[in-house]
Amino acid sequence: MSRLIDVENLTLQFDTDEGRITAVDNVSFSLEAGEVMGLVGESGSGKSVTAKSLMKLNPRNAIYGPDTKITLHLEDGPVDVMSLQTDAEMKIVRGGSISLIFQEPMASFAPAISIGDQMVEQLMIHTDFSKAQSRELSVEMLDRVGISDPGTRFGQYAFELSGGMRQRAMIAMALSTKPKLLIADEPTTALDVTIQAQVIDLMKDLVTEFGMGIIFITHDLGVIAQTADKVAVMYLGKLVEQGSVRDVIRRPAHPYTRGLLAALPTLDDIDAPLTPIPGDIPSPLERPSGCVYHTRCQEVIGARCSVEAPQFMTVDTNHAAACHIHDANEGAA
Amino acid sequence: MSQPTLISAQGLSVHYALRGGLIGPKPYVGAVENVDIEIAAGSFFGLVGESGSGKTTLGRAMLRAAPISRGDVHFDDGEVSYSLKDLGKQDLKDYRKRAQLIFQDPYAALSPRMTVRDIIAEPLEVMGLTSSRTETDERVREIAAKCRLNVEHLRRFPHAFSGGQRQRISIARALVSGPKFIVADESVAALDVSIQADVLNLLKAIQEDMGLTFLFISHDLSVVAHVCDHVAVMYLGRIVETAPTRTLFSTPRHPYTTALLSAIPSLDPDDRGKVQKLEGEIPSPTNPPPGCKFQTRCPHAIDLCRTQEPSLEHAGTEHRVACHRWQEVGGEAN
Repeated sequence: MSRLIDVENLTLQFDTDEGRITAVDNVSFSLEAGEVMGLVGESGSGKSVTAKSLMKLNPRNAIYGPDTKITLHLEDGPVDVMSLQTDAEMKIVRGGSISLIFQEPMASFAPAISIGDQMVEQLMIHTDFSKAQSRELSVEMLDRVGISDPGTRFGQYAFELSGGMRQRAMIAMALSTKPKLLIADEPTTALDVTIQAQVIDLMKDLVTEFGMGIIFITHDLGVIAQTADKVAVMYLGKLVEQGSVRDVIRRPAHPYTRGLLAALPTLDDIDAPLTPIPGDIPSPLERPSGCVYHTRCQEVIGARCSVEAPQFMTVDTNHAAACHIHDANEGAA
Repeated sequence: MSQPTLISAQGLSVHYALRGGLIGPKPYVGAVENVDIEIAAGSFFGLVGESGSGKTTLGRAMLRAAPISRGDVHFDDGEVSYSLKDLGKQDLKDYRKRAQLIFQDPYAALSPRMTVRDIIAEPLEVMGLTSSRTETDERVREIAAKCRLNVEHLRRFPHAFSGGQRQRISIARALVSGPKFIVADESVAALDVSIQADVLNLLKAIQEDMGLTFLFISHDLSVVAHVCDHVAVMYLGRIVETAPTRTLFSTPRHPYTTALLSAIPSLDPDDRGKVQKLEGEIPSPTNPPPGCKFQTRCPHAIDLCRTQEPSLEHAGTEHRVACHRWQEVGGEAN
């Protein structure tokens, strides 16, 4: 596997009427080609803005931290995403080498332009294909994602398709430019479980076939367990745990990840009580001092948690968590 | 069943008229078709199915908030006994007091211009259940406390609250008229898992504390498994299987139930590829397939299924299933 993207010290703030808020705080991760990373967290944890940063797709009031460095490794050499300025330069990360699938496919397609025209339009922008070639490829992609009668569907509008079919069309469109990295933001959340299972299967096939990297954003740990190779857990703009999917789900090292798992109803033990994480996620305007999770944490180990922000600590090979409880285990190291 | 039935439907159908049909019979879409259901007093009854299965419409028909085209719904809480199909204006008003709804979206369900106190008090005022402002305030405070809202919260507006707190406000409003029967329609679907767990625990606590009966509508089978004592599975307007929760999840009989259970993503990363995938999508209710409504997606369909619609048969104690072949194909969960 070869390195696809490096994100280093990503910090993102927004200027709002109520003050400057920190949406992403010093987040670092990397992804290999052909690897699927799950990005997990509650609403307001900053997972969507993190993903959009990779495409510099945040609104104008966004302020990136000075140490933020995002490097996309392409065949022609590395691209420094933060240095891209004009729309022409940014084409490379917006639909060219990186594609994005949104949660709500109804809102992502223009309602008055046919599905096919939208697919052709983006191919004309991002590739050298002629209109006829673009059309041919689009129909082929619709067929690949399991849409029956793709020739007819090509000429239809978003409202004529069912939810599952729209999400397939969205995937077909996102993949037709052969991106190196696919960002899928809650792609199955609005779908029924049976359709969700179909879409997850489809995405797994496509990873194998196209060898691209995927960042899969979801709040559903079951979906992560079934799709991801590794997992990053976010809370209030901070990355709190990172590791392989087996490690994070079976041996969660951060109290927040443990809390999420304890709150999740599963079919394995239907009599197990559901344990909520106490309290609500704090407002980004009132970020807690020290560890951002200490106000809800059930494993607080003293005053230190409210004063000192924990550093990422290795708990096992390729498994790290930002929590003071691992400091003791680390000993002199 | 040890408990008496609180609410039941017999042959209940909800039809909505479609445009066209100047000549011949008026076309309609059958959102709910010929449903029989019995909900015991004090039960936490789950209703599951994909979007378009008719679960919301069935819930609304049981509140007389959707038209009853055929069949009937009976409600009997020991004080009054109603047949919902022909309910007079006065009785309907009384029924509204006894049967309430909790909505899915806590952001859309609360007026942004009313204080929490006014939101919770509104049903009391509209129904004229209290005689003075003092009495109203007292009742609001009492219900708010049950839903873990404090006096300070009552003065604020909904925008000041998080999703979980808003859902607690919606619950308080549904409870304030002292209902016996509550329809909770996807009431935790919009919430994060940790908040979802909190709201589910609250609903269970309130149900036990106030002796309520719940119809809990959800697309999430793992949630239903945790909170409900009985479950009915709907597909294209029909109930295809109904059983006590434990029975349904351990020995599902209908191929649709089996497929739904198998489609839930397991938390075990080593379970990959074990999903028994269901092809296709739910057909449109305007043009339902003949015979069994599930035959277009069913891996076990035979000729009989394509011509004749199966009816609900007994498959065990309180366990009923509508499938011609349940004895041959009934699967084990997972």
